[in-house]
Amino acid sequence: MSGINLDEMSNEYFDVLKELGNIGAGNATTALAQLMQTKVDMSVPRVQLLEFKELGEAMGGEELVMAGIYLAIEGDINGSIMFLLEKKAAKHLVGKLIGTVSEGDDFTEMEFSALKEVGNIITGAYLNSLSSITNLVVQPSVPDLTVDMAGAIISVPAIEFAALGDRMLMIQTQFFDEMVLDGFFILIPDLDSYGRMLSALGISL
Amino acid sequence: MGVEIKVGMADLKVCVSPDSVITLGLGSCVGIALRDPVTKIGGLAHIMLPDSTLIRNNSNIPKFADTGIEELVRQVTLKGANRSRLVAKIAGGAQMFGFGSQSETVRVGERNVEATKKKLAQMKIPILAEDTGKNFGRTVIFYPETGDFVIRAVGKQEYKI
Repeated sequence: MSGINLDEMSNEYFDVLKELGNIGAGNATTALAQLMQTKVDMSVPRVQLLEFKELGEAMGGEELVMAGIYLAIEGDINGSIMFLLEKKAAKHLVGKLIGTVSEGDDFTEMEFSALKEVGNIITGAYLNSLSSITNLVVQPSVPDLTVDMAGAIISVPAIEFAALGDRMLMIQTQFFDEMVLDGFFILIPDLDSYGRMLSALGISL
Repeated sequence: MGVEIKVGMADLKVCVSPDSVITLGLGSCVGIALRDPVTKIGGLAHIMLPDSTLIRNNSNIPKFADTGIEELVRQVTLKGANRSRLVAKIAGGAQMFGFGSQSETVRVGERNVEATKKKLAQMKIPILAEDTGKNFGRTVIFYPETGDFVIRAVGKQEYKI
């Protein structure tokens, strides 16, 4: 058992996790641009360690409808990863990918599976960079997608963080193509994996 | 019209009619509303985990079903509610992902609901109504005036229990 406590995280640990997040989000943007065959820009990711009460607001409101992609990860790093995107942005993204946009607010079955694939590629790129930086094995599971209120989706990773402490680490990235897409990454390693990640980067615990 | 008092994740609030308590976007967490029908004093807790005794770092009282419910009972009675008249309504505990999976992490919503019911039974507080489980998020608003627990979900008509 490592001695990591997210609530008392030193600046050094935080900076390292921030940097991992930056690189991961950068990689994900490149993957997204390749997929869309267009130029996609990205803002500098915002890494925040938030109290549970603050999560909803940080995402633009608990009732904002978002698409959330959730995967379990195994290997040297165990836990899960989530990527969230506002529903409108998600619809725009799959529309560009498929070539047509369906009427109305909801996703067709085809759009839903395309969105799952987008999420798979984005989180895959994120995890790849994590794996190559740390030299640790990261094996993602099949992705699961849900479209619902931000608060309800975020409760899933928040509960996993809640077992460890009282705050959650969230990485917000803005992508731009024709519109601004607000994406959120949440990496949820278990306690031992935090230790392994930081040791792999030469940080003593 | 009263004021709508917001309850965050791992949080609890007490209120007196005509005010109401609201928590937005409940997923696998559980919302527990308590009410004394005579004084019309009530409260709402938004818990995240079933059992504080299983977690070493457990000082955050409203985070757990067991300690959260105890604290909500303490606070509503402090406000003037009669302990023996308290009744409860509960909502939430959805399984947002991997519906059908039996893994412990995925089933946390269900475990939250079980722990909530167990604690309320222990404290002899009857559950008048519940809207729990399934696979969707819920916003809940509790009115101590009527005891109505209003539920909003994406793509559904607002309903009350």
